[in-house]
Amino acid sequence: MAEPFLNPTQKPSSRKLKPMTTKTKAKPAADTAPPSAPRLMTGAQIVVEALREQGVSVMFGYPGGAVLPIYDALYGQDAIRHILVRHEQGAGHAAEGYARSTGKCGVALVTSGPGATNMVTPITDAMMDSIPMVVITGQVPTHLIGTDAFQECDTTGITRTCAKHNYLVTDVNQLARTIHEAFYIATNGRPGPVVIDIPKDIQFATGPYVGKAGILKPTYVPQTEPVPEAIKAVVDLITKSWRPVFYTGGGVINSGPRASALLRELQALTGIPVTSTLMGLGAFPASHPDWLGMVGMHGSFEANNAMHDCDLMICVGARFDDRVTGRVDAFSPKSKKVHIDIDASSINKIVRVDVPVLADCGQALEAILKELKARKAKLPDMGPWKEQIGAWRARRCFAYKGSSEVIKPQYAVERLYALTKDRNAYITTEVGQHQMWAAQFYHFEEPNRWMTSGGLGTMGYGLPAAVGVQAAHPDALVIDIAGEASIQMMMQELSTAVQHKLPVKVFILNNEWMGMVRQWQELLHGERYSHSYSESLPDFVKLADALGAHGIRCDDPAELDAKILEMINHAGPVLFDCRVERAENCLPMIPSGSAHNQMILGEITGNEIGEAGRGLV
Amino acid sequence: MSDGTPPPGQAPKSAYFLAHEDEEVERRTLAVIVDNEPGVLARVVGLFSGRGYNIDSLTVAEVDASQHRSRITIVTQGTGHILEQIEAQLLRLVPVAEVIDITNSKRGIERELALVKVAGTGEKRVEALRIGEIFRAHVIDTTNESFIFEVTGASDKLTQFIDLMRPLGLVEVSRTGVLSIKRGKEKG
Repeated sequence: MAEPFLNPTQKPSSRKLKPMTTKTKAKPAADTAPPSAPRLMTGAQIVVEALREQGVSVMFGYPGGAVLPIYDALYGQDAIRHILVRHEQGAGHAAEGYARSTGKCGVALVTSGPGATNMVTPITDAMMDSIPMVVITGQVPTHLIGTDAFQECDTTGITRTCAKHNYLVTDVNQLARTIHEAFYIATNGRPGPVVIDIPKDIQFATGPYVGKAGILKPTYVPQTEPVPEAIKAVVDLITKSWRPVFYTGGGVINSGPRASALLRELQALTGIPVTSTLMGLGAFPASHPDWLGMVGMHGSFEANNAMHDCDLMICVGARFDDRVTGRVDAFSPKSKKVHIDIDASSINKIVRVDVPVLADCGQALEAILKELKARKAKLPDMGPWKEQIGAWRARRCFAYKGSSEVIKPQYAVERLYALTKDRNAYITTEVGQHQMWAAQFYHFEEPNRWMTSGGLGTMGYGLPAAVGVQAAHPDALVIDIAGEASIQMMMQELSTAVQHKLPVKVFILNNEWMGMVRQWQELLHGERYSHSYSESLPDFVKLADALGAHGIRCDDPAELDAKILEMINHAGPVLFDCRVERAENCLPMIPSGSAHNQMILGEITGNEIGEAGRGLV
Repeated sequence: MSDGTPPPGQAPKSAYFLAHEDEEVERRTLAVIVDNEPGVLARVVGLFSGRGYNIDSLTVAEVDASQHRSRITIVTQGTGHILEQIEAQLLRLVPVAEVIDITNSKRGIERELALVKVAGTGEKRVEALRIGEIFRAHVIDTTNESFIFEVTGASDKLTQFIDLMRPLGLVEVSRTGVLSIKRGKEKG
């Protein structure tokens, strides 16, 4: 058996610790031991010690045969809190939620075989949304690899294309180094998930512990500092443009709170209006008069038209996703385009840009700010541009028909926002109509407050992500705005929330339909609603009760506020079944294959999408 | 605001139709210097298959044991836009240290080696040997009825040689794929 983990920071425990059988000095203050005397420990202990040194205080996981030594090393230590999930996918999304809300690296620990394959979705999700995450998977012992052993799968093979990087550790002497390198890769450059596959015999084997100092990857040194010529070119454009717009994305959030602060400062100096992708919400305050709202398929009329008609587009940490660009050959035809990105492969991938700036968003924004201040140039009068934007805004594209009979989903999110905005709230979502309504009607003032599956569009993301957020922010109000279909993909994680006393609130906009699927069938498939209606739904109140949470149901607009307050004021996890208008469409919308200035604003007629557009997703 | 409307009869485009039809497809040889770690070749090859790029030929071997560096030479083709993406995506892979565009370097040299088995008797056998000499091919195995030629050079030259052997009793061909290096004293 593995020896109990000797943690220098460990509080005295009743468990008797055996002395380590090493020939080197096993001092309690081993942190200060000279490098010539490496501490020897088992692979499992190396894992826990490396995580501790990396500053991991919370991790998410699920035990199994191939990770038992690591679980043994976790036993009886309290430097790292382990949250036991109900399904490995939940561990991955929880780690993502943790990472997204803190800016730190999320950590998940799962076993071999099904544990690893269940992690594929969150790994892909983190890759698409650039979330820093280290996933440790157990593997069958080295000598069994390749024999189709029980719970064996080719984890590195399976995750090679969906992770930023991965490792199979076959030598315990490389284990500590590998873990530190994994954290370096996950958090540097464009963040992403890194998988470390550790065979069970390596977890038992004894090897030296190496600290994180000085460990990096020579072939992976991202450029974070912009070249001065690029910055000069950007400032040249800013000083000559009459209709500029900032198009910001998740990169601003990933770059850290300072990047958001610099964006605000640069905006204050220039007065340039700001729009953002789904992933970038919160980097710029939604209450600001120059905030245009979200861009893209379900973005605001003013944001999309500003993107279409601008003469300068400054893209900061966004990637011209198809949900943003719509029809590429009609995308912002009159503008010069600047693209600030830390990933060279994102630049010129979809849209050709005039000024590429390969850099960290924060550093680029800082350099632009500095250059602009140094020039003291007078910027062109943006009056007419702001006036035009005002005219677009006056269309009130998010307006909807109110009702006193039935709860409109938009109204539900509006009320949720009104009643929670001053309560230190963090919002996660699942994927679908409710996600878009949340993005449209819940407004964010700060970064890291909004966790959603943008790139991969993973139904089931929201609840486990909320668990991760709540673990990071125990006193915050964490709400998963969900749909009744999405929530059923990961609803077992409510049990996790109950066990670990994580009082997450799941606010289900229940329309009994896979709403977005239904909307597309209405739009594209002649209202033939093939398999988008759930004939049988759980009684969510009873379900909450069964899982040890509190259930609330509301179907009356007049009672909504009181019941939302009941949810907020309940001390534990809540499942809120908000029965909403069943056939409501999420508008406005840019139909597939259309340009930014061809939004559907009022009602869907069924004739919006041409033959070619029907082939798109 | 009608400038975004597609003209009648013309299909609208989205990010899903990114084929730059008007751009010419070109061939390119790239040398990819990588850390020789497990799975690195699968990473590079997987990138090509996963993103729908072509591989015409591929060679790989460790070239610096002390630094664990391998050199992968890939011959690929695509439009200028795709080729640019290929380079950027390769550099995004963590173990990739460097990507060298051999085709667009004036100093680039490309060489390939082929083993060519030709069977025949009489006049055809003599002719095969004679052409082999013209191409400076070595005969590395011979029987009364066959030769195996080892021939090196630019890929075009090898293809030409193989074409000439076809009517003379070509049995089998094995090619290494393209190797690359730059002229001059500098590395890379």
